[in-house]
Amino acid sequence: MLRFLFTVVRRDVLLAARRRGDWLTAQFFFVIVVSMFPLGIGPEPGMLRTIGPGVVWVAALLASLLSLDRLFADDYRDGSLEQAMLSPCPMALLTLGKAIAHWVINGIPLLLIAPLLGIQFNLPAAALWILVLSLAIGTPILSLLGSIGAALTLGLRGGGALVTLLIMPLYVPALIFGAGAVEGVLSGSGSEAHLSLLGAFLVLSLLLAPWVSAMALKVSVE
Amino acid sequence: MPSMFSANELVCERGERLLFSNLGFDLSGGEALLVGGGNGRGKTSLLRILCGLSAPAAGTVRWRGEAIGRTRERYAREMAYLGHANGIKDDLSPMENLRIAAALNGRALDVAAATAALERIGLSRCLDLPARVLSFGQRRRVALAGLMTAGALLWILDEPLTGLDVEGVALVERMIRDHVVAGGLAVMTTHQPMTLDGLTPQTLSVGT
Repeated sequence: MLRFLFTVVRRDVLLAARRRGDWLTAQFFFVIVVSMFPLGIGPEPGMLRTIGPGVVWVAALLASLLSLDRLFADDYRDGSLEQAMLSPCPMALLTLGKAIAHWVINGIPLLLIAPLLGIQFNLPAAALWILVLSLAIGTPILSLLGSIGAALTLGLRGGGALVTLLIMPLYVPALIFGAGAVEGVLSGSGSEAHLSLLGAFLVLSLLLAPWVSAMALKVSVE
Repeated sequence: MPSMFSANELVCERGERLLFSNLGFDLSGGEALLVGGGNGRGKTSLLRILCGLSAPAAGTVRWRGEAIGRTRERYAREMAYLGHANGIKDDLSPMENLRIAAALNGRALDVAAATAALERIGLSRCLDLPARVLSFGQRRRVALAGLMTAGALLWILDEPLTGLDVEGVALVERMIRDHVVAGGLAVMTTHQPMTLDGLTPQTLSVGT
């Protein structure tokens, strides 16, 4: 079972490594969206510091959505999704593996770039750490919940826009607690409460999302 | 011989349209079934129902006497499906494709076995090229090599001969024949004439 999971993850990471262009698009998108805000709003340190955490988080949501519609679509088109669904291993492991791979490919790079982008917003070092920590807990949630949307809209025309509409509302708790944790540090009220809630949300989506997207996948492929 | 793979009173609907009804067959080890019928009559739908990818509107498919939904894990181990799409990733080489597909099916496939299968199917010159640069027929051959290495008892093949050259067709016919003679089962559709020496497959015609 674990080997199956590992194979799914390794396969997707290998495929992403072979197609670096696709993979870099989402990362560049993240960097550019975040960098537009200081340019547009002007160099006012207090203002930038207030909006910084929210901007980085919203850009992370959008960057994750950008790569989601291809999560199952490529495999669906060339038939390898069917083959994987006919495997003796449970389908929830397939969707879990896909979500983990999506996080490794798209989530981890965001974590690494985020502190650099935080500096643009005049965030102090303590807040930068919490920003990375909140993204480390939060981006897996984005991949897990996103896999539900990707599975539901598989094979539909204009699926990409539909994923956004379906999944954005589900992302709201992650956004509130994630950005809230960083703001907590800035305002001095602490970030533990927000981070704990974010962690609870991660556990919940880890438990539920793979099953739900497996069911959605079954319906979409039929 | 006891029946291994059977279906009775299968009904398939697509939207409002009835594709076929009351379809059934009974296969035991060493038998093949050739599914016939014109374009759009539901041959592919039938095969997808047989391998468990979609559910019939009515009727049951049984493997070793048990409904396939109930014995999913065992059925998945003993069945191999080759659909219209090859299930080949363009960015991976034939070798990587075979080995990853095997791992996803819970089997280990070593390099020697994969090489042997690819050589037998006539791909010895492109083991390490990305599948992207292979021709349509060559990609089909990679998928067929995957079928050979799957070690499955039941083969469900949707148009296995499309895109193959004369020599390839003969190779696949021999492959299917050997599989069935060795006690395996095969269910397939084809529009091309298929000759399986010394073997008369059952036939089933799809369509209302």
